[in-house]
Amino acid sequence: MTKVSMTVNGQPVSGEVEGRTLLSTFLRDTLGLTGTHVGCDTGQCGACTIHVDGASVKSCNMLALEAEGAQVATIEGMSNADGSLGRIQQAFQDHHGLQCGFCTPGMVMAAAALLAEIPKPSEAEIRRYLSGNLCRCTGYHNIVKAILAASGQDVGAEYAA
Amino acid sequence: MYDFDFERPATLADAVAALKDEGATALAGGQTLIPTLKQRLAMPERLVSLAALDELKGLSASGGVLTVGAATTHAQVAGQTDYPALAALAAGIGDPHVRNRGTIGGSLANNDPSACYPAAALGSGATIVTNAREIPADEFFSGLFETALEDDEIITAVRFPIPDAAAYVKFEQPASRFALVGVFVSKGSGGVRVAVTGASEEGVFRWADGEAALSADFSPEALDGLSVSTGDLIGDVHGGPDYRAHLIGVLAKRAVMAAG
Ligand SMILES: Cc1cc2nc3c(=O)[nH]c(=O)nc-3n(C[C@H](O)[C@H](O)[C@H](O)COP(=O)(O)OP(=O)(O)OC[C@H]3O[C@@H](n4cnc5c(N)ncnc54)[C@H](O)[C@@H]3O)c2cc1C
Ligand code: FES
Ligand code: FES
Repeated sequence: MTKVSMTVNGQPVSGEVEGRTLLSTFLRDTLGLTGTHVGCDTGQCGACTIHVDGASVKSCNMLALEAEGAQVATIEGMSNADGSLGRIQQAFQDHHGLQCGFCTPGMVMAAAALLAEIPKPSEAEIRRYLSGNLCRCTGYHNIVKAILAASGQDVGAEYAA
Repeated sequence: MYDFDFERPATLADAVAALKDEGATALAGGQTLIPTLKQRLAMPERLVSLAALDELKGLSASGGVLTVGAATTHAQVAGQTDYPALAALAAGIGDPHVRNRGTIGGSLANNDPSACYPAAALGSGATIVTNAREIPADEFFSGLFETALEDDEIITAVRFPIPDAAAYVKFEQPASRFALVGVFVSKGSGGVRVAVTGASEEGVFRWADGEAALSADFSPEALDGLSVSTGDLIGDVHGGPDYRAHLIGVLAKRAVMAAG
């Protein structure tokens, strides 16, 4: 076992891990941050998407030891300080951007990375950016709507549910 | 996944020394290697992360050549403007999260028969630079998941001569987004090159008949009537050899059109 230290949602954390321990496993099992979901565990579905040093990554496709010294952000860090839903989360609720909710943590983290890169994305840009995040329930339409709304853009009549 | 030791050497010399150990494997972005380890298709005793090697990172262009450090991510290559066709290719790999981790060196060393970068390297006449030598792309790719690299050899950079015109067009396998077939076309001081990925059991290859036709006349029509032999082509659940042969012709035309 090796000691690993990083900053998660602004808090310094550390723990003992094996070489093979995935970052997703460290977050969920060692730190108890179970908001990061593991859907496929093969790098395909994006449910485990988090940010490492500001870049979105699939945490099931990264070793915990690779994140030594890194700034990590997870879905638990997306709410407001008072515990209420953050801007993107609120938009997902308002626009029914989730059904079972399994993909949602990854979708919200992907959306946050997109909006950091492109503050007012087009519908096409949103859809392209979500190519690594799979949803079995919503058909994506309401997720796209929620991200448009979170970016402060008009969710036009053509998007009416 | 079997367990392994993990180390992150601070210098290239230390990394090369660490890889002399038979049980050691290099780890770059992990976007191929970690899924491979999960499937227990490899059993290294030690992973040697290249993440701390600053000499493997970054891009620089001078004298008509773009040099890309081996540990440069797909996202970083997508963001450069010196070689637009290469930027577009990198921007089409996988998805944003994969592009933030995956590296050009990892992709070339892996030489997946459906990967995008091998087509760019072969189709541009790039040079693969390692800690030990320089390898022309024409001599680098030696078959399915096989390259000219020695076990303890590390790619440090890739040098792309920037062509006058180039484009990559891939027909995506819709589930994985890898190339069902991808064609990279370039025209520059080294002549015309047409590199095909996703199609052959032997991995990426140059389409000689297409190159000859385009050398005489760099236009989509020049490829009319040419056919590709189905001999070595992949046949799988996504498409047969005849379908892939057809796609090579179609995508090569589209690439010439896009290159302009
Ligand atoms: C969901 C998903 C979609 C993808 N879609 C595409 C796609 O559309 N097109 C495409 O081309 N690829 C695709 N990939 C693969 C991706 O591009 C990988 O990033 C790439 O193949 C490997 O790069 P890496 O840096 O992640 O290497 P790693 O996985 O870390 O390593 C791969 C291999 O290369 C070796 N290696 C790494 N760096 C070096 C070096 N500098 N010198 C010598 N050996 C080295 C390692 O030892 C290992 O054997 C996809 C991957 C995923 C998970
Ligand atoms: S759980 Fe990581 S991509 Fe599916
Ligand atoms: S809401 Fe169920 S998977 Fe997306």
